[in-house]
Amino acid sequence: MNALIVAALLLVLLGVSYQSGWSRSRNLVTADGVKVHSRPQYHGSYVAIWAMLPALAILALWAWFGGDLTHSYTVSQIPQDILLGLDQTGLNGTITRIDALASGYGVTGEIQPFEQSAGDALRSFQMLTFVGVLLVAAVAGGAALIYARSRVTARLRARNAVERVINIALLACSAVAILTTVGIVASLVTEAYKFFTFINPLDFFFGTVWNPNNAGTAGNWGSYGLLPLLTGTLMITVIAMLVAVPVGLMAAIYLSQYAHPRLRAVAKPMIEILAGIPTIVFGFFALVTVGPFLRDLGNLVGLSINATSALTAGVVMGIMIIPFVSSLSDDILNQVPRTLRDGAYGLGATKSETIRNVLLPAALPGIVGAFLLAVSRAIGETMIVVLAAGNSPVLRGNPFEPVATITVSIVNQLTGDTDFAGPQSLVGFALGLTLFVITLCLNVVALYIVRRFREQYE
Amino acid sequence: MTDTLSNTHAASLERTKLVRAGLRRRHMSEAIFRGLGLAAIVMALGFVALLFIDIGRKGIPAFTQSNLHLTVTFDPAVIEVGPAPARADFTSEAEYNAANLGWQREVALLNWNTIVEQAMRAAAPAGLDIDSRTLLTIPETDARHRIRALFVENPALLGQTVDVDVLASANATNWIKGNIDRSLGDAQQQLAAPARTLIDTLVENGTISNGFSWSIFTNVDSRAAPASAGLLGAFVGTLWMMLIVVALAVPIGVAAAVYLEEFAPKSRLTDFIEVNINNLAAVPSIVFGLLGAAAFINYMHLPISAPIVGGLVLTLMTLPTIIIATRGALLGVSPSLRQAALGMGASKTQMVFHHVLPVTFPSILTATILGIAHALGETAPLLLIGMKAFVAQVPTSPFDQATALPVQIYLWQGNENRNFFEPRTAAAIMVLLAVMICLNGVAIYLRSRLEKRA
Amino acid sequence: MDMVAGKVKMTQQSVNSTMNPTDLLERPIRLTAKDVTVHYGQKQALHGISIQIPDRAVTSFIGPSGCGKSTFLRCINRMNDTIEGAKVGGTIKLDGEDIYDPALDVVELRARIGMVFQKPNPFPKSIYENVAYGPKIHGLARNKTDLDEIVVSSLRKAGLFEEVKDRLNEPGTGLSGGQQQRLCIARAIAVGPEVILMDEPCSALDPIATAIIEELIDELRENYTIVIVTHSMQQAARVSQKTAFFHLGNLIEEGVTEDIFTNPVNKQTQDYIMGRIG
Repeated sequence: MNALIVAALLLVLLGVSYQSGWSRSRNLVTADGVKVHSRPQYHGSYVAIWAMLPALAILALWAWFGGDLTHSYTVSQIPQDILLGLDQTGLNGTITRIDALASGYGVTGEIQPFEQSAGDALRSFQMLTFVGVLLVAAVAGGAALIYARSRVTARLRARNAVERVINIALLACSAVAILTTVGIVASLVTEAYKFFTFINPLDFFFGTVWNPNNAGTAGNWGSYGLLPLLTGTLMITVIAMLVAVPVGLMAAIYLSQYAHPRLRAVAKPMIEILAGIPTIVFGFFALVTVGPFLRDLGNLVGLSINATSALTAGVVMGIMIIPFVSSLSDDILNQVPRTLRDGAYGLGATKSETIRNVLLPAALPGIVGAFLLAVSRAIGETMIVVLAAGNSPVLRGNPFEPVATITVSIVNQLTGDTDFAGPQSLVGFALGLTLFVITLCLNVVALYIVRRFREQYE
Repeated sequence: MTDTLSNTHAASLERTKLVRAGLRRRHMSEAIFRGLGLAAIVMALGFVALLFIDIGRKGIPAFTQSNLHLTVTFDPAVIEVGPAPARADFTSEAEYNAANLGWQREVALLNWNTIVEQAMRAAAPAGLDIDSRTLLTIPETDARHRIRALFVENPALLGQTVDVDVLASANATNWIKGNIDRSLGDAQQQLAAPARTLIDTLVENGTISNGFSWSIFTNVDSRAAPASAGLLGAFVGTLWMMLIVVALAVPIGVAAAVYLEEFAPKSRLTDFIEVNINNLAAVPSIVFGLLGAAAFINYMHLPISAPIVGGLVLTLMTLPTIIIATRGALLGVSPSLRQAALGMGASKTQMVFHHVLPVTFPSILTATILGIAHALGETAPLLLIGMKAFVAQVPTSPFDQATALPVQIYLWQGNENRNFFEPRTAAAIMVLLAVMICLNGVAIYLRSRLEKRA
Repeated sequence: MDMVAGKVKMTQQSVNSTMNPTDLLERPIRLTAKDVTVHYGQKQALHGISIQIPDRAVTSFIGPSGCGKSTFLRCINRMNDTIEGAKVGGTIKLDGEDIYDPALDVVELRARIGMVFQKPNPFPKSIYENVAYGPKIHGLARNKTDLDEIVVSSLRKAGLFEEVKDRLNEPGTGLSGGQQQRLCIARAIAVGPEVILMDEPCSALDPIATAIIEELIDELRENYTIVIVTHSMQQAARVSQKTAFFHLGNLIEEGVTEDIFTNPVNKQTQDYIMGRIG
């Protein structure tokens, strides 16, 4: 309700200011016939921007601090003696009840007199502050409007000013990308640093035992050795690549070099469907179908394969990455100039000789880049592994056994509670930092290679 | 010319012979290579088919569910409660609300299970010896809430007898559908022997029948009453997040792309931003979850498990995709259009917003829909911001606790009642995939339409 | 064969390809094309081309761009097979053997009819590997020594050996444009073809590199039947003995080079040579 009122008032301010700038600009034309620099809509926008900015700024300030202010006002309305007898949960409960009373909605149980009076006080406080803030915002907006309107003259370069504002807004939007990276790095590094105040980094990076004591207290945190997770991650990644690279690459080769256009038109989007399927679906598929199938297959040939194992997760992850590998490889194969292929055909090479001896070597750097991107994806993949890898953080080399990965452990340790006090949850950020650094390196190298490759044939 | 390559007739015959000698082998390896390629395609397509068939085979049965058609008597002997408060008796809304809440609380404290039990006994063959505990394992535990809700809505039902459909319990459904092996011994069965016999009788006499499982679409998740667990809450949670993603990622992404492609001076900074965006697109999604947990929840104190945080995290994740796609589209606009606009005396901003952007609209739209489809299926980052908490309400605002469709799938696949929840998870996956396929279909349709018009 | 023995080395200006017209006409015919048509999808690119290519001489195809001369050249070693939707009709015979006979192996055919392309396209391998590639896939060398010999002699024939003998293991892409094109010629020669097709081999080169290649072509005709497509009439006049003029997918006129340039029969040929179309 309040949000609607605010939005409506803002719209009114927007309309009025735009209209006032616009009409003044029109009057300029009729008044003295001087050539006006900007068209009326720019003058309108100019005044509107001037009017909106202070109003928005005040509202933003209120949105930021208003909640805290109201909260402390409510607390101040609770009598001192009662306040002292309340713990945190009790206080929150009381505040909720007061809020409910203030909003005019009933509460169950006996209403204590202090609750009723606090509710009434809160109600008028909310009313007052709301109207107050709106008034201040309106006055600020109006003042800015009048000032901006007075500046509207024939010579005012309103268009340039408006465009400058647009430019700044666009720049701010692209800064979001940077801010995201900064945010990721900052949050990972600070929280990981906190973790390393509990656990020696050497014990983390070179420890061979992963056994966090989730109920632990100081001196008894448990062990946080990265190596079992790292080997699990690598094992699954290797298996995934063993599945994805041959199938993906050969599929790309067949589609781009051999397939009839009609087959290509059907098969390409079909394979790309695989890329659009959410990973949780692959995880479920791995857990209920592929895992048991591999286990039975193992029994058939006398191998003991666990239903949830590095193999299960790796195979399914490989399937997931196939379209990624194939579409990147397809792109890259298509970048190799036709003349090179012609050269080989002209010498009498067969199609497969041309592909193996000329096309692939020429495309090799690009394909390596694509593979690195695929590896980075496999390392960062979470849901398949959470569901199908068995979550057994033990250092071992048998792919038929359950393993755990970095991502699985992040999910296990950070269940969403905000209590980042102990290493049990903070380790998630140390793991995240490790993951981020590994994938970042892979990505940077891969993107660099692919970029260089593109330039080579441009 | 006497070297080995002299082009005499004899030499060329000799060479032709050599070439011919190798041909068989070379064509063989050609065929093998080609066969491998074909095999790869077949495998890739086979995986797609296998996945869909497998999910469909598991999920389709879950769209039907067993219902109990009971005749419920609102027995005044059990429902001992005063009349519901009437608004007219109270001076203020608050007082009425308080009284009404109190009355509802009283109603809730009644033993509604007795009503359910009576209805069950009425449906069972006369003189059946079965204890009430066992009997109550057949209807879903939310049957009493259903009946109570009917009463709260219409207190005049007191003393009357009405027909009510309630869901059969998850275990009963398993037994009826054969999701559990019927030949297993008593110890491994989820239901006691008398209950199983009674169910079979009820199926025979028509009290229990299978119907389309609307509850999947109309109910929220439930732990106490698994048979009534539905996707509505998760669906609305996902909807909120997608709204946030659309509202934030699209304008910011397009604006960023426009700036980088059209306005930014080519400097090291913009180079850096570009590399940065490309890298951001390849950062594992779980890292965005860590960002959400640390920055939005721990630092900014946004509510935990709320769609607002999920939406922000997914926005940041989707941004690079939209920026890259939009830049690609802008790059593809022919320079002649730009020159034409500038030649008419348009400013650069006017050129971009009046001429260049409209042309790229179809591509941006498609990229946006595909980006959203991707965000829709994302699970891992949401787990880290607490969206895997059990939520049994439909979120009414983005600040309420909520879960999301893929997370609901994650939660259901982990449920201990595997016999019941494995099909239901597959059904949830089918719903998710259906939404994604619709989105992709819309993207393809819009693109082809808009491109035709352009 | 009794080629112009003791031929004098000539400068670019005077690379002399004059050959007695009767001499040319007496030469055995290597390739015979009859009613060759090419369709790219719905579009017809060639309308019934019939021509005879004499042995061990240079035949040039000239004409304005898009006239079908390159298309026809690519028919001769079935390079059009690699283009989707291209359909070739009519017959082309090499020594009386139909090259579009389904029983004929296109791999073998291309070993006999080599090709050099418009843009130098060395493989991203070493200079040595570039030249050795053809003999390797066709199994022409019994051992490493054989292969070395083929590589060296091919490079020699292409007039490149002296320039690259110290860097045979460096990538072929590192050479200059003219050197790259000669490397491609060496690569084609290494297979020991009977016919070499050249598709505007000098269009991407500077005048000096062009002169060297033209000189090389003149030397090569001693041993090879050469067909060259060129957009430069001067080049056709300099290097070829027989010339064919194409226009809009038709073969307008063919004949001894000297005749075509000095005394064209057809009005369109005349216009083209005088620079009125093109």
